[in-house]
Amino acid sequence: MSQTILQYHGVHAHYGAIHALRGVDLTVNQGEIVTLIGANGAGKSTLMMTLFGKPVASAGKIEYRGDDITRTPTHKISRQGLALVPEGRRIFARMTVLENLQMGGCFSDPQHHAADLQRIFGMFPILEQRLQQRAGTLSGGEQQMLAIGRALMSRPQLLLLDEPSLGLAPLYIKQVFRIIRELNERDGMTILLVEQNAHHALNVAHRGYVLQHGEIVLTGSGEELLASEEVRAAYLEGSSEAA
Amino acid sequence: MGQLIQQLINGLTLGAVYGLIALGYTMVYGIIGMINFAHGDIYMVAAIMAVTVLTLLGAAGITAVPLALLITLVVVILFTAIYGWSVERVAYRPLRNAPRLAPLISAIGMSIFLQNMVQLTQGARVKPIHALLPGGFELGTIDGFTVHLAYTQIMIIVVTVALLVLFTWLITRTSFGRQQRACEQDRTMTALLGINVDRTISYTFMLGAGLAAVAGVMVTVYYGVVDFSIGFVAGIKAFTAAVLGGIGSLPGAMLGGLIIGMIESFWSAYLSPEYKDVATFVLLILVLMFRPSGLLGRPEVEKV
Repeated sequence: MSQTILQYHGVHAHYGAIHALRGVDLTVNQGEIVTLIGANGAGKSTLMMTLFGKPVASAGKIEYRGDDITRTPTHKISRQGLALVPEGRRIFARMTVLENLQMGGCFSDPQHHAADLQRIFGMFPILEQRLQQRAGTLSGGEQQMLAIGRALMSRPQLLLLDEPSLGLAPLYIKQVFRIIRELNERDGMTILLVEQNAHHALNVAHRGYVLQHGEIVLTGSGEELLASEEVRAAYLEGSSEAA
Repeated sequence: MGQLIQQLINGLTLGAVYGLIALGYTMVYGIIGMINFAHGDIYMVAAIMAVTVLTLLGAAGITAVPLALLITLVVVILFTAIYGWSVERVAYRPLRNAPRLAPLISAIGMSIFLQNMVQLTQGARVKPIHALLPGGFELGTIDGFTVHLAYTQIMIIVVTVALLVLFTWLITRTSFGRQQRACEQDRTMTALLGINVDRTISYTFMLGAGLAAVAGVMVTVYYGVVDFSIGFVAGIKAFTAAVLGGIGSLPGAMLGGLIIGMIESFWSAYLSPEYKDVATFVLLILVLMFRPSGLLGRPEVEKV
């Protein structure tokens, strides 16, 4: 029933002399939440950015819906139904909240914009209150909501989130994971989630991968990984805040 | 008193021209964070081209002034936009990820190239045209001084105001303007959202060149003479205007242009015409020393 939407075949990537990805194989199926966990510097963000050609994979192949997109120019990739909420949010600080959202919808049908905005305000009411405010003046949590909202404006089939909980207050972290689950269950959106917060991520995900030094060292369902001794020892120690 | 009003009118006209050129500087700066030092020469190329087109139109028997002006504007804007595109393609794009100094140097190279190309192909002599829009209004005589407002001055001021309004709308209200501002703030993120950053930058150079083209055509019509060297001084003055107003700000560029136009015409009238350039450049130095963000520049306060 589940159809493969995204597939990495032995992907390598370099940042200058640094060999950041060493032959990664990864699959995301339609309708899944897949999470990628790993320590700082394991290559999680690189894995996500190679999908957009930043940097371009130095070897291997990335397929999206069966098309080889390894070398597709960055700007053509998100037009195919992928949207990224990048690490550090990267909202446009000197533009208003509304303008940031409009930037997300540059290549979606303008007829949908009003409805999409309403849907996003329904998820993040704070954005509607701050609509004409400069995005740089928002709090970290609000900026994260905006970054997610901006990504949703393109009506993606595959949503990629890079450390959406990083630096957020616990209340916001809960909200982010609730939204992720909602998007998946209600809208059937496929989600690839990179997280350091392994506990939350594995709880919400159907399947997970563990990345270490640029290699996938472990894979399994969310529950399996949560129960795994290795994962517990390496990624869950000390992060025992209840979900 | 009459003299004073006359200088106000002259200063306004001159300032409008500087403002138009400054708009081009500021737009390009707004998107790539760099000064396009070939911009003044783009303006010069447009002015020379205007002479050619007007002469050809005259030879073809098209002498109705509004029609001739319109055709000239369209033709010159189109060709100048191609120059703007080429400057970006040759001097900036290959150096997109190079240290900031490299594209500055290549742009200065483009500037020298354009000047020499025009000097070689068009000759170094001053190029005159017939007065296209002679005459104007006499606004009256005050203290024995008759104040004139030429038709060309009205044209320059009206066109400039219209373009300022149009471009402000373009940058602040349209999707293209948003994409442009996004490119300035975070090029990678902009590309991740599906926007072709290279193309947006190219369009910006073409729009900037288009503004310089309008300025070039109007100066040709206003003064009736141009030569290959006018781009350098006009370019530096417009650059001063852009910095004075706050680089990156469209209203700032216009305000800076007006102030410099005023300073020049009053300095020429009351002090000495030989030293009018000195006044402008002293101003540039003062601004850079005491208010580098310019009059309307944005304060750099941001939450991360």
